[in-house]
Amino acid sequence: MQWLNVILQGVLIGGLYAMFAAGLSLIFGVMRLVNIAHGDLIVLAAYISLMVTQSVGIDPINSLLIVVPAMALLGYALQRGLLNLTLGDDLLPPLLVTFGLSIIIQNGLLEFFTADSRRLQAGLIEVETFQLAQGLFIGALPLIQFAVAILVIAGLQVLFYRTALGRAFRATSDDQSVAQLMGLDTRHVFAMAMALSLAVIAIAGVFLAIRTNFDPAIGPARLIFGFEAVIIGGLGNMWGTLAGGVILGVSQAIGAQIDPGWQLLAGHIVFLAILAVRPQGLFPRISG
Amino acid sequence: MTRVEHATRSSRIGVVVISVALIVLVLAPFWGDRQTLRLLAEMFTFVALASLWNLLAGYAGLVSVGQQAFVGLGGYLLFALAMLLDVHPVAAILIAGPIGALVAIPVAALMFRLRGAYFAIGTWVIAEVFRLLASQISALGGGSGISLPASVVVAMAPTRQAREFEIYWLALALAVVILGAIVALLRSRHGLALTAIRDNELTAQSIGIDVWRIKFIVYVLTAFGTAMIGALIFLQKLRISPDTAFSVNDWTAFVIFITVIGGIGKIEGPIIGTIIFFALRQTLADLGSLYLLLMGAVAIVVMLWAPKGLWGMISERLGWQALPLQRRLVTGKETGGKL
Repeated sequence: MQWLNVILQGVLIGGLYAMFAAGLSLIFGVMRLVNIAHGDLIVLAAYISLMVTQSVGIDPINSLLIVVPAMALLGYALQRGLLNLTLGDDLLPPLLVTFGLSIIIQNGLLEFFTADSRRLQAGLIEVETFQLAQGLFIGALPLIQFAVAILVIAGLQVLFYRTALGRAFRATSDDQSVAQLMGLDTRHVFAMAMALSLAVIAIAGVFLAIRTNFDPAIGPARLIFGFEAVIIGGLGNMWGTLAGGVILGVSQAIGAQIDPGWQLLAGHIVFLAILAVRPQGLFPRISG
Repeated sequence: MTRVEHATRSSRIGVVVISVALIVLVLAPFWGDRQTLRLLAEMFTFVALASLWNLLAGYAGLVSVGQQAFVGLGGYLLFALAMLLDVHPVAAILIAGPIGALVAIPVAALMFRLRGAYFAIGTWVIAEVFRLLASQISALGGGSGISLPASVVVAMAPTRQAREFEIYWLALALAVVILGAIVALLRSRHGLALTAIRDNELTAQSIGIDVWRIKFIVYVLTAFGTAMIGALIFLQKLRISPDTAFSVNDWTAFVIFITVIGGIGKIEGPIIGTIIFFALRQTLADLGSLYLLLMGAVAIVVMLWAPKGLWGMISERLGWQALPLQRRLVTGKETGGKL
């Protein structure tokens, strides 16, 4: 029963990892950009939520109403103003510019909020639990978080395959120049993709911040978790990304149960093992 | 009759300037104070690290953000060899190279499955794995780190001054050897292949260059050099911990900054970059995190509007090269040379 509990908690945190990964996967799919600042943007969202909850006096979940649009707007501006300039055949500029961005965000947050670790207070849902079976408990917050992750991924799936914007994303992903010839403004399409990515980041950041303590330095580790979930799940498959997040979460939970020092290591080792035996990931692009 | 000539007038001047600078640097213990020697030795390690990263990213197109894996590995090898096996620190530095290369072989086999930018993050994961593993080794201080025992330090040289001179010359020698090896590599047949890969990977492949193999060799050789420098860095510091040994800021962010500012894909770039980086650090370090923020911004601006860096702009405008790396065909009549 103890192990079942551990695995269940791992599955639920996997939802959070899937949300870290979804935004990363989305922009890579549309414009082949890997955003090194992804993790730091998650932390930035957490700090924006902290500011909103403190100044407006609403709880963190409601702060999403402000944080999500704010981050989306930032994403659009970032892409139009900076990242579009880096796209091209050369791999180096986008990589190094987002690396620079990561350093700027980290140190900006450090300057503004200090290195103190913070936490968002969400009230009762933080501690509420249900009993599933004898000795098997499930927390309200992890459950909500997992449900939100499924909704986010289902939403992205619908958006990708059922809407005009999704069609534009897929067209640009397939062939940028043909998409342009068909009258799509790729600069706008890319900016919309980044806005969407940062909207997902905002949700992930707020849930992360309710769940654990955060400080300006924790971004890179979140980028790595998201990246591992993407690769485990297989490129271009959103549901695969969710599975990847869950596998990572469960590995970490099992590792932590064996020895607290092995929590992160177990996740990395499972990732490397999957990369060794199945480099295309478990569920590579099933459609599109 | 034609032959290939590397040198140009600027490179002949360059070689003279570099030789003079080298003599001045070798004699530094006789003209510089302790502070100067320390600073110079640190600069040599950064020139070496940046040159190795430049070879990796600038020439082979392998943009790694995980070279701290090998810096830390080298550092920990120094401590393990010196403390647990009683190896002389200088010998430990030399042993760290081949072990680093050996470790890099399976790492490369795994990481080369990831393309482009995903390769970059993959290397970061490797560095994280190394960091977490290092914090599990309780004989080397676990997560909190350990200092090199006084007995090991004293065994190097009896007096503090002699020790500092030794470390200084060691750093200079290692940097020169690594730079020399890179120049030799670039002037060789493989260097021509590497330059072709730098300019256009697809074309390089289509004219018969085994791109995977060359990249693999470069990755392993880079790990060799990086591990040696890592061991040297922690001999200078005398203390190691997982967080300092595998720091992405110190051993990757700074190194990338140096290479980008100086000029990526140019052998001279990292040298110029290191001088600029240290000049900035000496003047702005008091600003703390604002200084790092500023550095990130400068790197972005350079990447967008002067992607070839300072040396790239100079060599483009004036056609200079400080080291004889260019290849020109010279017809026999002019020089009477033989093929």
